[in-house]
Amino acid sequence: MAYPAAVRDAWRAELAGIREKGIFKDERFIHSPQAARITVEYPAGAPLKEVVNLCANNYLGLSSHPAVVAAAHRALDERGYGMSSVRFICGTQDVHRALEEKLTAFLGTEDTILFASCLDANAGVFEAILGPEDVMISDRLVHASIVDGIRLCKAMHDTYKHCDMAHLEEKLREHQDKRVRVVITDGVFSMDGDMAPLDEIVALAEQYRALVFLDDSHATGFIGRTGRGVHERFGVMGKIDILTTTLGKALGGASGGCVSGRKEIVDLCRQRARPYLFSNAVPPPIAASAIAVLDILSATTARRDALEANAAFWRAGLKDAGFVIKDGDSPIVPVMLFNAKLAQEVARDLYDEGVYVVGFFFPVVAAGQARIRTQLSADHDIPMLERALEAFKKVGAKHGILGLDKKGIIEKYGL
Amino acid sequence: MKELILDYIKREYLDADDAGDAPLTADTPLISSGIVDSFSMVSLKRFLEKQYAIRIPDEEATPQAFDTVTSIVGLVARHLPKTGA
Ligand SMILES: Cc1ncc(COP(=O)(O)O)c(C=O)c1O
Repeated sequence: MAYPAAVRDAWRAELAGIREKGIFKDERFIHSPQAARITVEYPAGAPLKEVVNLCANNYLGLSSHPAVVAAAHRALDERGYGMSSVRFICGTQDVHRALEEKLTAFLGTEDTILFASCLDANAGVFEAILGPEDVMISDRLVHASIVDGIRLCKAMHDTYKHCDMAHLEEKLREHQDKRVRVVITDGVFSMDGDMAPLDEIVALAEQYRALVFLDDSHATGFIGRTGRGVHERFGVMGKIDILTTTLGKALGGASGGCVSGRKEIVDLCRQRARPYLFSNAVPPPIAASAIAVLDILSATTARRDALEANAAFWRAGLKDAGFVIKDGDSPIVPVMLFNAKLAQEVARDLYDEGVYVVGFFFPVVAAGQARIRTQLSADHDIPMLERALEAFKKVGAKHGILGLDKKGIIEKYGL
Repeated sequence: MKELILDYIKREYLDADDAGDAPLTADTPLISSGIVDSFSMVSLKRFLEKQYAIRIPDEEATPQAFDTVTSIVGLVARHLPKTGA
């Protein structure tokens, strides 16, 4: 072992630099199941406090739902705790195949392959199917795990301005000489809460003979009339060639992800995707609970309907109160503060008022685009959200930002 | 050359709602300021290679070398065929 003092000091200095900038991320300990209301220890050692949670990806309130927990218990008894194997050696149970079939039916695709996470799915899929004669054309705001997957792949890559269809068309035209063109986008963009215009993307892809890749992690289960995702919402189900999504958000929130889409693409992932070949199988209780989740969502749209109503109420409330929010039509509602320190301070003050939110800043979002990302859940109710709005108004007034536009906030706090 | 490259950067990387921000000059930091993310830099590299019929080796296409139009012009100049030789 050699851990030279000079190296230790260099890393300590880096950490100190992060703290100095006011962008150090520390964790808060939650002493209750994930829910709309949680019990939190923050800072470490402080007395426990009950707060409204506005930053979970628990969109449908299924993370601690009794039917989901019960399904996990049952599978734990009947199929055990873990697989101690990758899928292709001795890690595939009947529940894995059943879940893959359910996901295929739910998402309206040809086939599905599970991964340990959607990060793994995104990291593995491009390399498994594309080579140097191909091109990946991605929206500039796609999730970090897609960026990683693109970096691991030998195909050429190019980007287009966020949701800018004219720019995408220009790029598609430029790359007509490639074997395969893949347009790559998130469905709902996780930091902005806006949606890719998937109908237009599919039309362009047809016109310029390109495949469409969609990461619907922040949409599966609740966007679209029956919650199938952004492809349902824009009337293009069946036209998505590669769809990745996560079990780690709306669909129970434990872990796991998948690549769903054209059969040959899924088959190639089973043969070649490195995170699939070299990482352990999804544990049986998680696979079984995900099946229970899909059964709930296929039987009723009550949860996505409640989520939609909550999101509409919350957006309107924040707007009326005079906050700058990113427009959109999803349960992700970013409150723009632009300045990283301000975002941190507002988040801290909101915690004192009983509202749990987190500030996001560079490098998670672009510099000068700091924000508090609020996320709604079907488990919130209107009285809960009304109280949270009062807290936002109080803290907004304290910092003098109510009614200010982008320019006003930047003039007051800088970037 | 400066103007041409600046023009391309404006078209390729700036959005309509950036118009009110400080104007882009040859010395505006591009990558370290976040105007161009290092991931999207590839199209700028391809533009330069095509426009000036040169090849920029990957190891020279660093975020530092691409950080301002001035340094990009320097990089391109090093790869242009020497005239009059
Ligand atoms: C758009 C998007 N894709 C992928 C992921 C990764 O999902 P997972 O947690 O399953 O790795 C996330 C989660 O942060 C995400 O927001």
